[in-house]
Amino acid sequence: MTEMDAGLVAEQIAQSDQLNEPTDRSEVGRPRRRKEDTRLLTGRTQWTDNLSRPGMLHVMYLRSPMAHARITRVDVSGARDLPGVVAAFSGEDFAAEQGSLPCAWPVSEDIVIPDHPPMAVSEVRYVGEAVACVVATDRYRAADALDAIEVDYEPLPAVLDMNEALADGSPKVHEAGNKAFSAKITAGDVDAAFEGAPVVIDRTYVQQRLIPSAMEPRAVLADTDGESFTLWTSTQIPHVLRVMLAMVTGVPEHRIRVIAPDVGGGFGSKLQVTAEEVLGLLLTRKLGKPVKWTESRSEGNLTVHHGRDQIQHIRLAADADGRIRGLQVDLLADMGAYLMLVTPGIPMLGASMFNAIYKMDAYEFACTGVFTTKMPTDAYRGAGRPEATFAIERMMDELAAELGMDPVEVRRRNWIRHEEFPYTTISGLTYDSGNYEAATDKALALFGYDKLRAEQSDRRDRGDPVQLGIGVSTYTEMCGLAPSRMLGEANYGAGGWEHGAVRMLPTGKVEVITGTSPHGQGHVTSWSQIAADALGVPFEDVTVLHGDTAIAHKGMDTYGSRSLVIGGVAVLKACDKVKDKARRLAAHVLECSPDDLEFEAGAFKVRGTESQRTIQELALAAFTAHDLPDGVEARLDSEATFDPENYSFPHGTHLCAVEVDTETGMVKIRSYVAVDDVGKVVNPLIVEGQVHGGIAQGIAQALFEEAVYDADGNLLTTTMADYLLPSAADLPGFTLDRTETPATSNPLGVKGVGEAGTIASTPAVVNAVVDALRPRGVHDVRMPCTPERIWRALEAQAPEGVRP
Amino acid sequence: MIPAQFDYARPASLDEACQALASDEDAKVLAGGQSLLPLLRMRLAYPSTLVDVGRLPDLKGVHDRGDHVFIGAMTTHDEVVRSGVVTAGCPLVALATAMVADRAIRHRGTFGGSLAHADPAGDLPAVVLALDGVLVARSAGGEREIPAADFFVDYLESALEPGEILTGVKIPKLGAGWGFHYEKFHRTAQSWAIVGVAAAVKRSNGAITEARIGLTNMGEKPLRARATESALRGVELGDQVRLACEEAAADTSPPADLHAQPDYRRHLARVLTHRAVRTAAGSP
Repeated sequence: MTEMDAGLVAEQIAQSDQLNEPTDRSEVGRPRRRKEDTRLLTGRTQWTDNLSRPGMLHVMYLRSPMAHARITRVDVSGARDLPGVVAAFSGEDFAAEQGSLPCAWPVSEDIVIPDHPPMAVSEVRYVGEAVACVVATDRYRAADALDAIEVDYEPLPAVLDMNEALADGSPKVHEAGNKAFSAKITAGDVDAAFEGAPVVIDRTYVQQRLIPSAMEPRAVLADTDGESFTLWTSTQIPHVLRVMLAMVTGVPEHRIRVIAPDVGGGFGSKLQVTAEEVLGLLLTRKLGKPVKWTESRSEGNLTVHHGRDQIQHIRLAADADGRIRGLQVDLLADMGAYLMLVTPGIPMLGASMFNAIYKMDAYEFACTGVFTTKMPTDAYRGAGRPEATFAIERMMDELAAELGMDPVEVRRRNWIRHEEFPYTTISGLTYDSGNYEAATDKALALFGYDKLRAEQSDRRDRGDPVQLGIGVSTYTEMCGLAPSRMLGEANYGAGGWEHGAVRMLPTGKVEVITGTSPHGQGHVTSWSQIAADALGVPFEDVTVLHGDTAIAHKGMDTYGSRSLVIGGVAVLKACDKVKDKARRLAAHVLECSPDDLEFEAGAFKVRGTESQRTIQELALAAFTAHDLPDGVEARLDSEATFDPENYSFPHGTHLCAVEVDTETGMVKIRSYVAVDDVGKVVNPLIVEGQVHGGIAQGIAQALFEEAVYDADGNLLTTTMADYLLPSAADLPGFTLDRTETPATSNPLGVKGVGEAGTIASTPAVVNAVVDALRPRGVHDVRMPCTPERIWRALEAQAPEGVRP
Repeated sequence: MIPAQFDYARPASLDEACQALASDEDAKVLAGGQSLLPLLRMRLAYPSTLVDVGRLPDLKGVHDRGDHVFIGAMTTHDEVVRSGVVTAGCPLVALATAMVADRAIRHRGTFGGSLAHADPAGDLPAVVLALDGVLVARSAGGEREIPAADFFVDYLESALEPGEILTGVKIPKLGAGWGFHYEKFHRTAQSWAIVGVAAAVKRSNGAITEARIGLTNMGEKPLRARATESALRGVELGDQVRLACEEAAADTSPPADLHAQPDYRRHLARVLTHRAVRTAAGSP
């Protein structure tokens, strides 16, 4: 696209932008089109791989083809002699300076945190681990030179199955053994709850391993001026990364600047301190030149941390009327080969969520983290909470089936009623607000629940080869990670506050600086709406700066549906401080007491008079500083940090209808209704987008995605031909609605929406699949529910000699 | 993903292209590149030279030649789908080609390229096999015609000799009374067929007089479901058809991969053949 075309497209987008027409005075609540998109859609992007520096070199990594082996020899000399090659290194060359990749969340006393060298030196523990690298004048020469590196491996046994890994005599991933940690939480009398319970349901569910698959593959560009280092990287966490790079490499923190330019998605996969980031910094230090690395999709499938991967053993005890007495959860969580930034914390984020929206007498959660010779797992959209929600929502459907009760009714009998909020759950969290009745009733009406049940019954009676299934998921999640005090109690290595700043420019325009690091979420737009309302300035007059530790100097970044709930509130608080300063200046200029001023529509007015100054005029007055009162600085600029007192608890009801072709096992989603309660909504369009993407990603776990390792520990799903991501063509239209029960833990009343769709949708879909098959004797289908798995489940139940 | 080094040649004529191929047995023809380039990028293929035939005008286009339709090897899938000659003369080709991969790939990938690649999971080999197509190849020694039944030799292996270029395919026109269907079973819209069934069925006075059935991804090469074809002859629509289709997996050797094991593929072949035949026979 030419420059002119791009400009024209931008103009057309702006002109056709009906959504930006004002509906009332308030910016918050308006479905603003995103400020980011014109630039992104017209190709004026700053992805890390688009960036170039004078004299820039390119690095490519040679990766282990073995799941587990001792490295007995690495010879990079053959690569060094090839044309265009500047340098080639093995792990030995970094051994003295590369440190160990950090784990910031030692979740238990017994945790084992093994040394994790960014480049393997003596042993490799998963296929894809970097063992050597080539730096060359272009990527092509670097790629060719990798073939000239010789590595000798002495094979060691792969450790792939978690149960086998924990058995006596299993080969070890690390010297200390295969158990990474164990944790247990008990509340109430579990034995009493299960003893004599009329109903006990015992199930084992498998959370398959997933590959996050952000649209933009990772890329790292490091440069140095000889003293300081700048790292451009496709990350969600520039601030955390800067601290960690300093701690890992010993380069002083004030000599490191981290920039997250345009980042094309993360889903948790870029909440990491990666080997390639550390090695990029070290390479530029060694060579004194800028060095860039961009991964291929296949390289990413191997080496971007994976998600999920749990075996969940769940027991639920209930009374005959469906009331839950107790819940027991015993997890095996696959850590992979090492503990990365928050690897062990992921299953623990679910520790208080298996009880979900339900009341019960007793609860027990146990978790064992297990090392295997696979890529480490870590945060992936929802991180611990989708796993918990899946298990309990599957169990609620099983309970309903066991009792012959409607699955919505069994939930109704157990959930926290609206009038019971705030409610402290069995696991000790206090849910501040919620209205499960309203969301569920709305969803049932939109879905046409009764009519679909009638059709289901008709198809069952007719023996229709295409059976209808209906799945329910009434979820909640803990969002807004996280109150620093609670993180401290959980032994997390940092706080959970967020920082915001506002600069009032002389011309009255506004720069908002945020410590959150958007990578698709639209913070520039939403934060503009918040600031525009708070300061009474036009939406267009606000810009938002982020993702550069030299500009947004404080921050805890973006993950865990935290940005709006914490970062957005920090921006609001900074705006309040700007107004306080402006009020003092206005009182001085208007010669009145600050108490006589009322602030409305961006102006301070002297009560009962026509005298006023707009905040934008006051910004100029502060800048010229010709007439400032004593003790008032020549700026209205302010900053604030916000640390919430509690998590936020979005909730909602998702209903899914599927048609299962019992002859082939193919599942088709017929309709999908989601009614989410994410509290107050800043931008309904962005919220809808988050829910759409989230549902798609949750459906993907239910039906499509699985990272598969073979018996030798080779990843088989290295391309998108094998790792199936659904596209729009594979998904139905979603019917979305909301209820709005404001959070009480922050002044915006917001709860966060980044993960809701993913958390809710997976159990809704699997419950629907199982519901369709239940009359044929099927009680579970392992995820992803592929046509073949469904066919086999039906085959296993078919009377002898009869093929379904 | 960066391919290993290779040379690139863009001959100006078909003869030159044949010479380039004949002189270097490790040279490969580059057509639309939609199958070859991924192999190169994953370093699963190391050709010495890519002979790009993309600009040879004689290889492109669809022609109505009376008793058959001739589709030039370098005609893109999109051009095939949009061709009135194809829709009228061999509608099964149009139906199946419209389901190849996705729109972007159909704009670059070529009809001849998919056949010469001889991937049994590709949609078009089974279709051309079912329709008794004839593939036309050119070499320095001249032109020869290869019936589809002889063209597909093994997994990713065709009967093309080194130095031979596929120039086009003759698809015989079937007369009146024929119906067609391509039944593709795949998990996502863009993924390969786990199993595909191409069916051409001729009916007369309510009974099936002839059926031709091609199977995608049921062996090392595309296959005909011969047992079902003969069992269908003279059969009325109904239970008899279903019984005949139970033979659809006979003499197949379906692969085992991440998406399906052989027994499931055999099961699918039976179910999908029944569906394809019924639809082709006008009784969905």
